Amino acid sequence: MTSASMLSTWSAIGGVAALAITGEVLIAAAMHKLGDLDIIRAKSGLPGAIRAVLASPLFLLGAFCMALNFFALLFTLSIVDLSLAAPATASLTYIGNAIAAKLFLHENVDRRRWLAVLFVSIGVVLLSH
Amino acid sequence: MTHRLKASQYAILIAVMLTASVGDTLLFRGMEQIGTVDLHHLGLLWQALFNPYVVSGIVLLIGFFASYMTALSWADLTFVMPATAFGYVVVALLSRFWLHEHLSLYRWAGIALIVCAVGFVAGGPSRTEHSDEHHEIDLMDSGAGR
Repeated sequence: MTSASMLSTWSAIGGVAALAITGEVLIAAAMHKLGDLDIIRAKSGLPGAIRAVLASPLFLLGAFCMALNFFALLFTLSIVDLSLAAPATASLTYIGNAIAAKLFLHENVDRRRWLAVLFVSIGVVLLSH
Repeated sequence: MTHRLKASQYAILIAVMLTASVGDTLLFRGMEQIGTVDLHHLGLLWQALFNPYVVSGIVLLIGFFASYMTALSWADLTFVMPATAFGYVVVALLSRFWLHEHLSLYRWAGIALIVCAVGFVAGGPSRTEHSDEHHEIDLMDSGAGR
């Protein structure tokens, strides 16, 4: 693999992971802000819960990032093998999500959770072998 | 702060695990039957909408999205994440025991690691709160912090 093609491979993979991380963190922030969906559903029914979710700008922004992520993944699969793209994007997304959850969502990512993220990332790569 | 999960919340987490992995597998199976879709054969996408595997895959993925968001409304992202990864384990085990595919040693090691990860996280709290930070924000909002 030439260094130019390696650069395009890894920037495509990095781009897919970055969009997934942004989308997931925005959606998690939106749901955190909304509060327990089960309670909302009990109070205003399923249509009320769906309305509450769709009215959240954070959610809409997150969903937009996830849609971009989908198309970026399709593009990446046209230049990178699935056997590299799938585990690499999944692992990077898990690690990035943990860092972003700590920085932006202020989750208490303790040693147990870091270890879980590490195990999941390696596990996903091993599963694709 | 530790929150004990209710039975219905465990059910949501199990739904997150199963719907994503089984939905992906069904979509994969359906698209295999449809064949390669490219710019000259975009009509195949319309045909895909009538394939029972594709349709049930889409229904399951909508279910995944709903249960994933419900889980995120009461649990941390870093708590729900290993649950989604557990879906890969379900797919691998389904392919081993249902489709009788061979699982390499690497895959078994991957399964073991993800199962351990789920164990680590499941033992801890589902939502962690930073009471200090909330306090700081409250102070700033009221103007008393300035």
